[in-house]
Amino acid sequence: MTMSTPEIGAGNAIPAKQPFEYRRVYVWELPVRVYHWINALALVTLCVTGYLIGAPIRAFYAAEAYQQYWFGWVRFIHFAAAYVYVFNFLARLYWGFTGNKYARWSAFLPLKKSRRQEIVDVVKADVLQTQMHGPISTGHNALAGLIYFFTFLAFVAQTITGFALYSSMSSSWLPRLFTWVVPLLGGDFGVRFWHHLFLWFFVTFVIVHIYLAFYHDYIEGRGTVSSIIGGWKFEREKSDQ
Amino acid sequence: MGHTIWEEAQQKGVSRRDFLQLCAAAAAMAGLSQSSVAQVVSAFEKKEKPAVVWLHFQECTCCSESFIRSTHPIMAEVLLDVLSLNYTETLMAPAGFQAEKSLNDTIQNNKGKYIVLVEGAVPTHDGGVYCMIGGKTAESILKTVLQDAAAVIAWGSCASNGCIQGAKPNPTGATPIYKLTDKTVINVPGCPPIAEVMVGVVTHLLVLGQIPALDSQGRPKEFYGRRVHDTCYRRPNYDAGLFVESWDDEGARKGYCLYKMGCRGPVTYNACSVTKWNGGLSYPIQSGHNCIGCPEAGYWDNGPFYQHLASFPGFGIESTADTVGAVVGVATLAGVAAHAVVTNVRKRKVIAEVHVEDQKE
Repeated sequence: MTMSTPEIGAGNAIPAKQPFEYRRVYVWELPVRVYHWINALALVTLCVTGYLIGAPIRAFYAAEAYQQYWFGWVRFIHFAAAYVYVFNFLARLYWGFTGNKYARWSAFLPLKKSRRQEIVDVVKADVLQTQMHGPISTGHNALAGLIYFFTFLAFVAQTITGFALYSSMSSSWLPRLFTWVVPLLGGDFGVRFWHHLFLWFFVTFVIVHIYLAFYHDYIEGRGTVSSIIGGWKFEREKSDQ
Repeated sequence: MGHTIWEEAQQKGVSRRDFLQLCAAAAAMAGLSQSSVAQVVSAFEKKEKPAVVWLHFQECTCCSESFIRSTHPIMAEVLLDVLSLNYTETLMAPAGFQAEKSLNDTIQNNKGKYIVLVEGAVPTHDGGVYCMIGGKTAESILKTVLQDAAAVIAWGSCASNGCIQGAKPNPTGATPIYKLTDKTVINVPGCPPIAEVMVGVVTHLLVLGQIPALDSQGRPKEFYGRRVHDTCYRRPNYDAGLFVESWDDEGARKGYCLYKMGCRGPVTYNACSVTKWNGGLSYPIQSGHNCIGCPEAGYWDNGPFYQHLASFPGFGIESTADTVGAVVGVATLAGVAAHAVVTNVRKRKVIAEVHVEDQKE
């Protein structure tokens, strides 16, 4: 599949003289895309309901408790979304060992020198808005991969503290696996504090993540945003080939 | 040596009927079912009255005050008839050398059989000089007494988790008992613990002769297995979303949930909302005040008491994780917006650069 570079900026004085070869690369397989959107939905639900649990809005009407179950529903949605989120994440971990090279666990760690160099390059491109030295990775760029790795750690932290908080109101085995966390963090109050603090990590992450996806879509010009819907990205063929 | 509880009761002229009533009450206090009363009767007929040493260190004696105020008639009997309370600074008759002798005799004559109840934390900084009795440090007294003890109970939050002595910056190095001994310590936290809970734990120890089932923090599960929140009579208001939002609002008058006022009920394990206080009269939440989480480790450092979240260190008294989070979130949004503006300003240049690059190739 070949495509020509689109005419960026219609009416531009410089015409594209020759077409460039672009290769279509199937980067994000279906499980990765499904994971991404389920995760996005669950995460937003968890953040909104989680914030409400910490700072509840009082019931809009009702004089007696039996007339409403408003806060109960908020909490129920939070717990239900948490289960979806955790099992979705576990499925993604599995895919990290069976998926394509863009989805593999190694894509999230800067194990090679070239990947570490790319981190510096991407930071410069993002913050100082300089031009990249070489072509940027087709899958996650090295910086994005590393940030996602930290996000996974935050997922784990949030899962552990969340289930630890939940364990005292549950007799099922999964939350009960996390009772040991409570004394470690100085009781339920401490666990709640950390669980609450991580909420803001996710809020910040979502803001930066969405912005950078748009930004890279613009500077790279090869369908970064649409790739998480369709799975395809575009890679320019080397000009000397 | 000592008599059994039944022998002692007979000497005092207690009838068999009254003795059986005492046994039934003790079984109830220990959280046993009706079918276990026979076990209690058997124990009280055969077991010697256990010798008890009650130590006081860094504390305010509120645990003792709570214990002697247990309203159940059986409590006084537990204290005076069932136990042989040989040493306790606040309640015993002897003083000075006589008191010291009483302690030594108890330890020497009941090796491996006496029960130690500890009230208060033990200071460990500066050689333990911050709490000394009869010229000896609290730590050394504790070591000596615990050596041959059959069981150790830590009364109250001071002995269980340090309470106010152990609050930051903890100048005296106040240390809970379980950190100073290898023996299993039954932690009965609370400031003070509920009298009925204290008696219940002692009775369990006496009747069954074994340590009650403890949770991961050494607290008896029968009394600390559930959160104050779980059995709170205001819980339906929580689920409905009916909250008190200031101490003088309509919700406060109607008895809505105190969650938003900083109630620690959802993070506090105790029996307050079940046994209540002062003979089942009331408990803090029922009296319109939020739970401050007194049995929980570090509750003094989790303040202010009237805030749902603890203050975030380094950001002022009133700022919580939410304040910090909101500031970070807004700062991020501002940064992203600024970045978008800069990108847009540079737009023509970026597009031109791309085209020049295309031309070169």
